[in-house]
Amino acid sequence: MEKPVAKDPGFYIMVLIGLLIMFGAPIWFDLFAIMQVTQYVVLSVYALSLAYIWGFGGILSFGQSCFFGLGAYTFAVSSINIGETTFPFILSFVLPAAFGAALGYFMFYGRLSDVYLGVVTMVVTLIFWKIINHTAGPEYSIGDARLGGFNGIPSIPILNMPGDPDAWLDPAQMFKFFMFLLIVVYIGLRVLIASDFGRVSVGIRENETRSSLLGYDVRRHKVIIFAIGSGIAGMAGAMWATYQTFIDPNAFSLEMSAKALIWVMAGGVGTLAGPILGVILLQWLSLKLGTLQFLNNFVILGAILMVLVLALPRGLVPSVKHWALTGWEMFRRRERAAPPAKEVTSDV
Amino acid sequence: MDYTIIVVIEILRAISWLVLLAAGLGIIFGMMRVINFAHGEFLMLGGYTVIMSTKAGVNIWFAMLVLAPLCVGLFGVLVERLVIRFLYGRILDSLLATWGLSLLMIGGVTLIFGNTVEGVSTPLGAVDIGAYSIPAYNFVLIFFAALFMVAIWGVMKFTRAGLIARATMQNPAMAEALGIRTTWVYMATFGIGSAVTGLAGGLLAPLTGVVPTMGVNFVGQSFITVITGGASMIAGTLSASTLLGSISQGMTILTGPVYGDAALLLAALVLLRLLPQGITGRIFTRSL
Repeated sequence: MEKPVAKDPGFYIMVLIGLLIMFGAPIWFDLFAIMQVTQYVVLSVYALSLAYIWGFGGILSFGQSCFFGLGAYTFAVSSINIGETTFPFILSFVLPAAFGAALGYFMFYGRLSDVYLGVVTMVVTLIFWKIINHTAGPEYSIGDARLGGFNGIPSIPILNMPGDPDAWLDPAQMFKFFMFLLIVVYIGLRVLIASDFGRVSVGIRENETRSSLLGYDVRRHKVIIFAIGSGIAGMAGAMWATYQTFIDPNAFSLEMSAKALIWVMAGGVGTLAGPILGVILLQWLSLKLGTLQFLNNFVILGAILMVLVLALPRGLVPSVKHWALTGWEMFRRRERAAPPAKEVTSDV
Repeated sequence: MDYTIIVVIEILRAISWLVLLAAGLGIIFGMMRVINFAHGEFLMLGGYTVIMSTKAGVNIWFAMLVLAPLCVGLFGVLVERLVIRFLYGRILDSLLATWGLSLLMIGGVTLIFGNTVEGVSTPLGAVDIGAYSIPAYNFVLIFFAALFMVAIWGVMKFTRAGLIARATMQNPAMAEALGIRTTWVYMATFGIGSAVTGLAGGLLAPLTGVVPTMGVNFVGQSFITVITGGASMIAGTLSASTLLGSISQGMTILTGPVYGDAALLLAALVLLRLLPQGITGRIFTRSL
């Protein structure tokens, strides 16, 4: 059984850690370190978007970067045109969510099976990537913003205070705001998962036929789940764009989709805290390994992905939990207190 | 009149292109319901085999028709034994694992050959049709696409191996009970599918050149063709290639190659909304 959010100590610990980092980090660390950590925060939001749809909706998307990129480009184009960032930031949630709903309609109302779903999401991402790469000429501009093809869009505005376009956030404020967003997304998803809607979606993940026989509209549920995940991914894209003040078509790349999958798998499908730890650990790892001459990013990602899949015996979620418990004790000490993995895993 | 012939040949070429890209993937998918996400990299491997051995002085036709399928086929068997074998019945995991393989191969080939485009000139010259001139190589593509389809049909229909393959496809448990070692059938299927992919990659290499990331340019088209076609190897691949090839080539003639791809996807999405199991899930269900 899923524990009510209000009674789960893990939930409070996570939020507490989050708040501690949010207010503590700017005091303890220098500016450079803060900007590094900001990157992890943004990617954590992105990881949460896939963690939600895969872990709690049973939708394995190979194209999460499609929405990430869409959010990033939405933010870039609209903020350059409008000159302030509050509305574009909201738009970067709404537009990918709407696109996710539209794509979800075709996929889920067509009752595509898992393989087809994986292929369609991947191909959609590929096509976005191709089209955006193709937009190098000056004729491809939306308002004042040139899409720039493979050169990307430079000088994307930094977030400003709502209503005051000249009050830019400094890096520490940006970090606090992003950390705040991460906490909000985490709490929001936890509450959503614990709600009736969330219980039904977990039920659908466990047994689609039974859920529909019990009278739940599986297709509608999946579309909504997918749209929410897409919106969060889009928001993460906007955060990424404003953090870097630059975005290029690599936001749409397969590498970016693969990373999300790897983080979620590494951290544990069916958890929310796991993927965040996955981001921190694996980004740090690839930063370290990336400095080696004889390796490149693709080799590292591919190897990690294959090892993760092959090293896990039958039954993905329980084995991830088991593996996480034994292998990553020091990172996940908190979970020891919880009883061993059950059929329907709890949502920590 | 000349223009009509050219357009017809162009559309035939587009269809053959899709058939070549998708045939190997379709064999594996039809047999084992596994989508090999490293398909694009298998094509790339075939391409590299041709380019590298041609540069080493091997006759290009020998490299294309013998070396490429041999290398990639053997590689496929290796992959099946080391990775895929453990993942039968776990479809999502097999997707994830082959995707990992795909990234690994892109990275590995980049490390070995560098991130540069290699190429050989297209063999055969041009053919004049009235006022127009088209590469004679187009006919090679069309010929091999047709040959692939006929060969697969012949093998499946008239040989003992084909009989065993069809039995395994229809009912693996019963086939096993009758003394067929299905794991070997799967291994052989994956090997043959890979070999066909390698041959296709070899044939495409002179046209596109090879670069470690070339796979991404083809996987979209191959995946869409296979899933739109559905589970039947020949009827599925043929019908989907014909439909999507005409659409994308029409769109390409009108607007350019990028939107050709987008049109391909859009058509496939609408089609899958109507026929979720692919074309052969509803029509031609009993065909091979």
